[in-house]
Amino acid sequence: MSNPGNSQALSLVRKTGMALFLAGFGYALFLTLGSSYRLDQEQAGKLFGSRLELIEAADPAFVGSTYRGKAAFLGALSALSEQSADAARARFGLSAADVEGMVSRNADKPFDLQAELALMEQAGTPEKAEKTKTWLGWYDGKTLSASELQTQLSAKAEGLNAGISGLELSPYAAFQASREASLSLAATRPGLAFLLTFGLVILGGLMHILPKTSEPAGIKNNGVQQDGLNSRGLIGITLGIFLIAFYIVLYWFPAWIAEWSLITDPLSYALTGGPSSQWFLYGWLYTVAVVVMGVRYAIKYRHSRYQLVRTASVTFFQIGFAFLLSNILQRFQLPARDLKNIWPLDYTFFYEYNVDSMLRAEVLPTAAKAMFALGIGLIVLGVPLLTYFYGKRWYCSWVCGCGGLAETAGDPFRHLSDKSLNAWRFERISIHSVLVFAVLMTAAVVATQVTGAEQFLGLKTADLKAWYGFGVGSVFAGVVGTGFYPLMGNRVWCRFGCPLAAYLGLVQRFKSRFRITTNGGQCISCGNCSTYCEQGIDVRWYAQRGQNIVRSSCVGCGVCSAVCPRGVLNLENGPEVDRTAVQAILLGKDKIQVLS
Amino acid sequence: MHLVILGNGIAGITCARHIRKRSDHRITVISGETDHFFSRTALMYIYMGHMKYKHTKPYEDQFWAKNRIDLVRAWISRVDPAAGKVVASDGREFAYDKLVIASGSVSNRFGWPGQDLPGVQGLYSYQDLELLEDNTRGAGAARAVIVGGGLIGIELAEMLLSRQIAVTVLVRESSYWNNVLAERESALVTRYIQSHGLDLRLETGLKEIQAGANGRAAAVVTDKGETIACQVVGLTAGVSPNIGFLEGSGLETKRGVLVSRAFETNLPNVYAIGDCAEFREPLPGRRPVEQVWYTGREHGVVLAQTLCGQRTEYAPGPWFNSAKFLDLEWHTYGDVPPTPQPDQASLYWENASGQQAVHLVYRVSDGRFLGINSLGIRYRHLVFDRFLRDGRNIDFVLENLAAANFDPEFFRAWEPDILATYNRQTGKNLRLKQRKGLRAVLNLIKPA
Ligand SMILES: Cc1cc2nc3c(=O)[nH]c(=O)nc-3n(C[C@H](O)[C@H](O)[C@H](O)COP(=O)(O)OP(=O)(O)OC[C@H]3O[C@@H](n4cnc5c(N)ncnc54)[C@H](O)[C@@H]3O)c2cc1C
Ligand code: SF4
Ligand code: SF4
Repeated sequence: MSNPGNSQALSLVRKTGMALFLAGFGYALFLTLGSSYRLDQEQAGKLFGSRLELIEAADPAFVGSTYRGKAAFLGALSALSEQSADAARARFGLSAADVEGMVSRNADKPFDLQAELALMEQAGTPEKAEKTKTWLGWYDGKTLSASELQTQLSAKAEGLNAGISGLELSPYAAFQASREASLSLAATRPGLAFLLTFGLVILGGLMHILPKTSEPAGIKNNGVQQDGLNSRGLIGITLGIFLIAFYIVLYWFPAWIAEWSLITDPLSYALTGGPSSQWFLYGWLYTVAVVVMGVRYAIKYRHSRYQLVRTASVTFFQIGFAFLLSNILQRFQLPARDLKNIWPLDYTFFYEYNVDSMLRAEVLPTAAKAMFALGIGLIVLGVPLLTYFYGKRWYCSWVCGCGGLAETAGDPFRHLSDKSLNAWRFERISIHSVLVFAVLMTAAVVATQVTGAEQFLGLKTADLKAWYGFGVGSVFAGVVGTGFYPLMGNRVWCRFGCPLAAYLGLVQRFKSRFRITTNGGQCISCGNCSTYCEQGIDVRWYAQRGQNIVRSSCVGCGVCSAVCPRGVLNLENGPEVDRTAVQAILLGKDKIQVLS
Repeated sequence: MHLVILGNGIAGITCARHIRKRSDHRITVISGETDHFFSRTALMYIYMGHMKYKHTKPYEDQFWAKNRIDLVRAWISRVDPAAGKVVASDGREFAYDKLVIASGSVSNRFGWPGQDLPGVQGLYSYQDLELLEDNTRGAGAARAVIVGGGLIGIELAEMLLSRQIAVTVLVRESSYWNNVLAERESALVTRYIQSHGLDLRLETGLKEIQAGANGRAAAVVTDKGETIACQVVGLTAGVSPNIGFLEGSGLETKRGVLVSRAFETNLPNVYAIGDCAEFREPLPGRRPVEQVWYTGREHGVVLAQTLCGQRTEYAPGPWFNSAKFLDLEWHTYGDVPPTPQPDQASLYWENASGQQAVHLVYRVSDGRFLGINSLGIRYRHLVFDRFLRDGRNIDFVLENLAAANFDPEFFRAWEPDILATYNRQTGKNLRLKQRKGLRAVLNLIKPA
């Protein structure tokens, strides 16, 4: 069917695509790691304000010097933080010599604070005088022995000095500084840099993917289990490490990807009216991943219309809601919310700043209030009703952003999910624990807003928020959830961690018209369905005994049905009767007592 | 009581599981092939890289100990019913109170010259799969010749194609698998697989396999005198019951081990199920040897009843089966004979794309629906089972055909076209009564 000349040409297109992809990716890495940095006086002033003096005191050469490479620049910045702390102590703090001088001048006579302060003023350190006045005011006029003075003043000096810090750059400030100082193409010609990075990556990706349309439609998982990328080979592990590193950088060290945000500046200005941040960049990257890998998915599963429609939906919600709409809302000074994100996945929904931004908005207050109403409506009505009619899939594999990424970019890794009974046991404990944690944390947040109490059930609200944000919001959902795609499959977060999935799952399990039906006795126990279930459900266990599958974790991706070579599985909504029935008749058991 | 089950395939294992559900008998399952039960039907997917061996095991390894089913890895070379024991090739002996023979099949070899050369193989066991890996590893294998069509032949072809090995298939019939499929389905399948890169030689048999200088198979000579150079030869001309090791045991055999409807052999306390069993009196309309997955499973369930003290005869429901020709799915319910029978009429519909077809057969005299073949459309077992058991009229079946559809959501519905074809053919004016979906199914299967 395929003529060899044609398939050679296509293979060349695919290889070229891969080369372009790697080139774009490599250049992006180079831009953000290998660029040069220099801050001029004006930029430094803009960034550091009054603290610029400290910088100049610590390292007069910093401003105006050129640093080659991100490591050198960030290294200089952090050295500056330390040096500036020393410089600051010299200016504001009491040194051992200062203490000694005071002891020798004031031992065994009334302490003359005014004289000491005057000395400091003369020495050109008025800030030091200021601090000394507050810290040593008590001693004014008191008479102490030399040794008493020495110990007491030393202790005071220590306390005073401890309160003095240098520049102390936050990760965000380092990110801003890197953006400002970058001399790279990303800063000078972001449009061109965009083409050379994202442009090449997208083009190359599509060139690698599109020729697959020349193969006949139908399940083609050939070689998946041997593939170095798909099956925890060297490439897969490398990718996993890269993704984990990326999330760590994104959350805690964004300066390392400052150039990538610069590249997206023009896009950000167009949508939000402001410069790009690491979160804007992340949204853009996420959307690109969903769209490009969504094309791959659609081609791979094009024998199933369910898969095509579902992929169109999940891509639409990523582009339209998560990316475009939330950024455009920001442009209109409305809360920049992803309107399809539902509490408790969106764990900050009830945080004070969010509630304020929606209920006490100054711009377009009605629209902002409507956003709040929508959020509440989804929680109390949307989730139960839609899940009753369609199963949790309406959200998890049709709408949700995490689900969207899992179904598209994560598809090559779906078979890596653990199917063992132990994994199932762990899953039930872990996901419901997160749900309990989310509810508890949110209850505390709301209670604190209503009553003003800082504690809830003996726990500090601020602590709960911090633990949840770090442990669940960042580490679980981000670093583990996506970083572990190539290691543990594409739904680690959705299966073990997502509190919304837990909520949807409870409805799906106990009150829903959704189930996966099995086609009587047709199952040949081959195992494709279980292997490719991203949620680690042992679908075959049900299919081979002719039992419908009703599992709280099933996200209704439909892949078990798409890969089944015997057409055994079907996702269906219908009357609740016999939802979990075993079709004993068809298994040759109608004449005997059924024990399936 | 100690039950020994020889064979850890679907038949033997299902029997063991159901004995355990119903009794505390000691159970030992012996097999030489693998330590654990795996799905033979998935062999192709291991080779193609869709799954690893471990994925083809339907139960976790700990399942067997937990259910107190002892597994023994051994090849049994002799069965000694007089002494109540079986003897393994390594000398180990296993005494039994009752013995179940579930030894499956072996690939047919018809005494072709060269059939035992290296590079020539069948596809049945896990060992065959390993052999195929050896035979096709590296760039050595550029072309394979498969002898015999049918379901295993097409699977082997798909496997080899997935590794960019060119495949020629020699088929004795004039059209693919037309000893089972009716003419037009067979023609469709033939066209389909030809358009997917297979070199299909119809009405061609194997005369001889020739060795090359290295002593391995190097070419195949057909009965048309053509020589086809190749590095691998797959023999997939059907399977036969695996009963060679039973010679001299006193068990009565023909093609397989002869059994009653309750799977009893001629000797007390010895039973046979699955591929290796042959019914003395075949069930009406069915073959004496049943060589498919689900029949093995049903045999196992039924025999477990008997072994637990409640003698039960095999009384399966209407026939069904399914398979896949590359990407084309085939489902069948009831009986669609390969050649037209007296007093039978057909409705055949095929989509212009050649990707979907259905063939329904009914009795002319009273319109009773007898069976359906469907290609590229899935139909629901539950519903067709009811149509067949209830002896529904073809008109009723067609009016409710959409309700029997099992395609996923959003798939195009072909039933209006199918019904229109029937109306044209018969001058009737039937309409679809229900739409696809569970509600319709529940209506249909309500006890009449
Ligand atoms: C490649 C392939 C694809 C197939 N696809 C399908 C399909 O899609 N649908 C379908 O319905 N059917 C299919 N079949 C047929 C189906 O697999 C068989 O009908 C079924 O496996 C038979 O089960 P069984 O338990 O009777 O025997 P087996 O599965 O053959 O099990 C018998 C076991 O006993 C062992 N054994 C035999 N003799 C001895 C001995 N002397 N000592 C120790 N151990 C012994 C064997 O090694 C084997 O492990 C397929 C078969 C093959 C080979
Ligand atoms: S349901 Fe389908 S994919 Fe799953 S084991 Fe059965 S035949 Fe295989
Ligand atoms: S059971 Fe099927 S539909 Fe549900 S998550 Fe697993 S593969 Fe997807």
